[in-house]
Amino acid sequence: MSLVNDPVDRKDTARKKYCRFKKAGIKYVDYKDPNFLLKFVNEQGKILPRRLTGNSLKFQRKVSVAIKRARHLALMPFVADGLK
Amino acid sequence: MFQNQYETVFILTPVLSDAQIKEAVEKFKKTLTDNGAELVHEEHWGLRKLAYTIQHKNTGYYQLFQFKATPAIVATLETDYKRDERVMRYLTTKLDKYAIDYSERRSKGLIGKKNVESAPAGSKAEKVEATTEE
Repeated sequence: MSLVNDPVDRKDTARKKYCRFKKAGIKYVDYKDPNFLLKFVNEQGKILPRRLTGNSLKFQRKVSVAIKRARHLALMPFVADGLK
Repeated sequence: MFQNQYETVFILTPVLSDAQIKEAVEKFKKTLTDNGAELVHEEHWGLRKLAYTIQHKNTGYYQLFQFKATPAIVATLETDYKRDERVMRYLTTKLDKYAIDYSERRSKGLIGKKNVESAPAGSKAEKVEATTEE
């Protein structure tokens, strides 16, 4: 064991994040589709941050508005336990 | 005349009978058409489970309208919603160009399977089926 700061070998090389909306060419986030929006919330029903979803700012905003609309119409829960 | 395209969804209480639901839906359709709105698309999702309780109820009848109208109509429609005790929730949104494109494809059933699951009663023809089943 050396005392020098050796470069650490990470097994999984960090994959580049990407915005799935830009990649798939989706232009509109539908609030009427709760199954799709479930990808962007954690198991408590909270909206996941951009650093986890990889969304671009433009689409993260659209996703969050869509989730809030879905919540208002009781398509998605405000609070949940074990959503996934 | 300047027109926008809007989309409105409302939830009716589950205590109503089939005839009462039809009557309520017709009433709101009438308020739209009487005020000069042009109905583009409508969907009846039928009885759905709510994600959380509203007015001590776990289910509700969902109805969707898409219409072209002048902005003033939205206020009239929402006043009607507020005065009607059968409406538990409502949401009216303006559709931008991407949303209009999306909703056109959706009404033709071109959006993937995910949407079919979340909205079982898609087109008008299916709507009749759904109501007779209930």
